[in-house]
Formats: sequence, C-alpha cells, structure tokens
Amino acid sequence: MIRLENVSRVFQVGGESVHALDRATLVVEKGEYVSIMGPSGSGKSTLLNILGLLDRPDEGTYCIDGRDTTALTDDQQATVRRFKIGFIFQFFYLVPRLTAADNVGLPLVLAGVAPHERRHRIADAMDRFGLADRAGHRPDQLSGGQRQRVAIARAVIMNPAVILADEPTGNLDRTSGDEIIRAIESLREQGMTVLIVTHDPHIGGRAARAIRMVDGRIVSDRKGQA
Amino acid sequence: MRAADVIGFCRRAVSGYPLRSCLMLLAMAIGVASVVMLSTLGEGTRRYVSRQFSSLGTHLLIVLPGRSETTGGPPPMMGQTPRDLTVQDAMALTRSTAVRRVAPIVVGSAPVSVGSRQREITILGSTAELLPIRNLALSLGRFIPAGDVSRAEAVCVLGHKARNELFGNRSPLGRFVRIGERRFRVIGVLTRKGQSLGVDISDVAIIPVASATALFNTESLFRILVQARNRDAISRAKRNLQEIIRDRHEGEDDVTVITQDALLATFDRILRTLTLAVAGIAAISLAVAGILIMNVMLIAISQRTAEIGLLKAVGATRGQVLILFLVESTLLSLLGTAVGLLLSTAGLLVLRQMFPEFPLAVPWWSPAAAAATAVATGTLFGMLPARRAAQLDPVTALAEK
Ligand SMILES: Nc1ncnc2c1ncn2[C@@H]1O[C@H](COP(=O)(O)OP(=O)(O)OP(=O)(O)O)[C@@H](O)[C@H]1O
Ligand SMILES: [Mg+2]
Repeated sequence: MIRLENVSRVFQVGGESVHALDRATLVVEKGEYVSIMGPSGSGKSTLLNILGLLDRPDEGTYCIDGRDTTALTDDQQATVRRFKIGFIFQFFYLVPRLTAADNVGLPLVLAGVAPHERRHRIADAMDRFGLADRAGHRPDQLSGGQRQRVAIARAVIMNPAVILADEPTGNLDRTSGDEIIRAIESLREQGMTVLIVTHDPHIGGRAARAIRMVDGRIVSDRKGQA
Repeated sequence: MRAADVIGFCRRAVSGYPLRSCLMLLAMAIGVASVVMLSTLGEGTRRYVSRQFSSLGTHLLIVLPGRSETTGGPPPMMGQTPRDLTVQDAMALTRSTAVRRVAPIVVGSAPVSVGSRQREITILGSTAELLPIRNLALSLGRFIPAGDVSRAEAVCVLGHKARNELFGNRSPLGRFVRIGERRFRVIGVLTRKGQSLGVDISDVAIIPVASATALFNTESLFRILVQARNRDAISRAKRNLQEIIRDRHEGEDDVTVITQDALLATFDRILRTLTLAVAGIAAISLAVAGILIMNVMLIAISQRTAEIGLLKAVGATRGQVLILFLVESTLLSLLGTAVGLLLSTAGLLVLRQMFPEFPLAVPWWSPAAAAATAVATGTLFGMLPARRAAQLDPVTALAEK
C-alpha cells in the first residue's frame, strides 16, 4: 500500500539545513492502524505531509499502490489526494462560512459529484459521526469535538484508502478527544489504512503498530499490541 | 467541478464577507453609473443642439453678403461688404431647380406704437415664404400674403410677445399699429416659439420686404434664407446659389453660403466625440475599481490561506483554485455592474424630474460598454490574486494561522 524508501526532506533555515526527515524508510500495508510519536520537531508532520502528497521529498521514493508518486504532476497528485487520501488536522480547517453539511461535502463538490448523490452521501456520513442534527450549523456554532467530527466526516466522504491524522485530539479536552479516537479507530473496521500522529502515549499505545521518531529518523517500529 | 457549484461557492464567499463585498460593489457601481450618466448627458446635449437647429427649418441654406475666406465656416466678423444683396438677387435664386423656397430678409429696429403704447422692436421684412422656411406657425389670422414682392403693402404680423406688449388681451386682428411714419394693419400673430438659437422671434413685427426697404430706406438685404428641395439637393443648391449671384455680380464671388446641415454635422461630430471622451474618462474610474478589486482580493487571499491549503488537501487542483477566485472577482464586478445600472437609472429618473425639457437619452452602447469594461477589469485584475492563490504551497498555507 504505502512504501517509503530513504526519504529525506531538508529545509533551509537561515543558511542552515534542517533535516526534517532523514532517510526514512517505511512500509504500511492496507488496513493497518499506525501511531506516530516523537518529540516536537522530530519530523512527524513532515512525514505525514509527504505521505499525503502535500509536500515532495528531496530524496528517496514514495509509492502508493505500487505507483511512484514523485513522478506525478501537481494535478495528478491532487487527483490522488482527492480519491485516495483523507486528512484530519489538529485545527480542523473547516470553511467558516459553510454549514457543517457543506464542509463535509466539499471534496464531493470538487470531484464534480452530482447534487442528489452528494446529499445521500453527506447525510450518511453525518449520521455515522452523530452529526445528523447539526447539518445546518456553521463551524462557529459547533463545539470542538463536533468540529473535529465534521472534519472526520469530510475526510472519509470520498471513501479514501488512507486516513492521515495529525494530532487530531491536540486541540480537544479528554472526553471529546476519546470520542474522536473511537471514531478514527472505527474507520479501520472499514478497511481504511490509518496513520495518526499523537503526543498522547495512551492513544499511541492503543495502536496495533507504533512508530517512534527522533530528529527526522524512525528510531523504533513496534508491531503487535503492547 | 460543476459550474453551478463554482458559482454557489463563490456566491457564499461574496456574501460571507459583506463589508469587503459592499466596498467593491460600490466602487464598481460608481464607475458604471458615471459612464452611463455622463454619456447620457453628452448624448442629451447633442440631441438638444440638433433639435435647436431643426427648429430653424429644414434643408436650410443662408446667403450672407460678403465673402468669407473659409467656405462653409461662420460669416466673417469684419471686412468690407463689396456689393449688397438685393430683393432682385433673392428672386433670381428661385431659378435653381434645387431650390424650393426663398425668403429675403431685411432687419431693422423701429418704434412701434398703438395709441399711447410705444415700443422699440425688431422689424423683419420678408415674404410669405418665410413662414414655411423658418417653421413658424400662426396663432391668429394669416401671414404676409404671397404675390408681387415689390408691393409695399401696409400689413404686419406680430410675434407673441410684441402682441402682448402692444395689445394685452385684446385681439389685434384688423387693428392698426404705427411703425415709423406708416400705419400697418395687423393681419396675424405668431405662436409662442421663444428663443431659437439665440434669436428672440417673439418680440418682432414682420412686414412685407418692400415695406421694410421703404421704411429703412435701403435696398440691401440682411440675408437670404433658402430652402433646398431635399437633403440631397443641398450641395447642388449651394453651387447654384453661388453661380447665380456671381452672374449677377459681374463675376464676383462676394457672398457666403452657409448650409445648416454642414453646421449641424460639425456640431454633431464635436458633441459625439465629446460624449465618447467623457465616457472614456468615466471608464478610468472603472480601472480604479479594478485595482481596488485586485487589492481586496489579495487581502482576501492572505486571510483565507488556510482555506486554500485545505482545498488543496481535499483534492482541489491549481486550476480549480484559480477558477474559484477568478469567478469570485468576476461575480463581484457583475454585481457591481448591476448595482451601477440601477444607480444610473435612478439618477436619470431624478434628472428627468428636474429638467423635463432636456432630451436625456441613454446611448445604446453606453450600458453595454460600461458593463463590458467593468466585468473585463474585474476579471483581469482578479487574475493576479487568483494565480497567487493557485500557486500557494499547501503545507505553508495550512501552517499559516
Ligand atoms: N516550512 C518549514 N521551513 C523550515 N523548517 C521547517 C518547515 N517545516 C518544518 N520545519 C522544521 O522541520 C522539523 C520537523 O518539523 P515537523 O513539523 O515535522 O515536526 P513535528 O514532529 O510535527 O513537531 P510537532 O510535534 O511540534 O508538531 C522542525 O525542526 C521544523 O522546524
Ligand atoms: Mg507536527
């Protein structure tokens, strides 16, 4: 499913090179649930951005479904993002002037899905994450947990193969955080591959596979329940 | 992405930031309204002038004594008058087949009295032809009778104001007025016509041309009014008039012939150009509005970077982001155009109320040109911000908060 080989990402900061990602190699099979942990600045977000085709590696190769992504044009990458990848961010990134339902439907709109089909799929997704009665609310009328559930519904609306979550509970209290984690874990049951970045050892520990990063390198990769 | 969805998305972006949108709408609207209003005023002025000209009579040529250096220009202000125009010259002009009517004119000023009332008014000596040539109409009685122009009949026709001043509300028909040393019988009164190109024809008395030459003791005419058969005959009439006078004046070209149409055409050209120029100046305000749109869109993009990053994360291509922001600025300029057209309609309504006499007319091209310029500038100036949005790097965009 996902093959990362010797991928490096270097940023130039004031004449100095920062190796945000240093020859990282990683293979993730379909349906895996992987947690990524590590100190701040260890390159977790950089890794996730490259996996999500939001950023390009400076070195190394990255294949999704056996296809080398580094050779793809920007538009081809956009298409891969649209159909294969769902993002969940720490800061939700909902469009403030759109209703919850319209935020969830945004990927469908960009993909040119017909309105009547959109309605069904949005209603299903909202239902699934307990948002049925919040469809017409704008983001500022929702709680943090609800906002993140809207973001999750948006991430899965295209039925992607991979879900990438960057500290999805980082901005939430314990209770709503747990709710969000349960929602994300449920995606796995659908056969989605999930990679989740977290600072919370409790959350990281629940994952079937846990990766630890330090200074842009993958320093440990534990498979099997802790 | 479907067209309806693009428009829907942009519509919500426009209504989602009401202050920003209103500002841009206002700028566009003022630009559009000023193009329409100013070109309408220009066109109105053109019509006003052309109406004034046609109230003088149609297919009119004017023969003036004295030669002007530039043919077709205004009569010379100074210079000697080598030979006078006479009534016989005027009557000779009827020989031309291009000419329908001829009216010789003698002008002077004389005291006119009825009983104890006396006024100094303008006396016009002419013939029966003056009535149709100058487009005059009578409110009472009849005009100077046609017939032998050398007969100095003692009859007169009063202008509207002259009649009021001399007779008040009483009917003047059949009564006598004293003009100079002679008594004239009033046979008609002109309708109120007021000013026509600066000549007040309501404060006049019109008498037969022979009576006028006797009254002022002169043979020379002030000018000769000639009406051509039709529009196409005007230039032939002009040539004929000059030839006839040259024959009669021993080969001397000592008159000036002005055609009303040539004058009118000149004014027409000047005023059309002026209208276009004024509309062009107003269109500059549209360019200013375009620059405002560009600035405001650039600000909008810096405020909405995270949104752009997100759009890219959920699969928007560069092209889609470009279209979304371009359509947004186009939509704003379209709305601005609509508001501007409404504004100018309201403005014209007010002007019509204030100046009902003035022939306000919206030139057909002006709303179209204003709208096209507005939308074109909105889209053009929206291009740079939209491209900037499309080229944003998604990671940096999402990192910015
Ligand atoms: N756009 C950038 N320009 C310069 N340096 C960057 C950029 N993005 C990341 N870095 C650097 O790369 C390193 C890794 O950053 P990254 O955001 O991946 O860390 P992280 O593990 O996600 O940290 P955190 O837990 O704080 O989110 C850091 O040293 C960071 O300063
Ligand atoms: Mg991070």
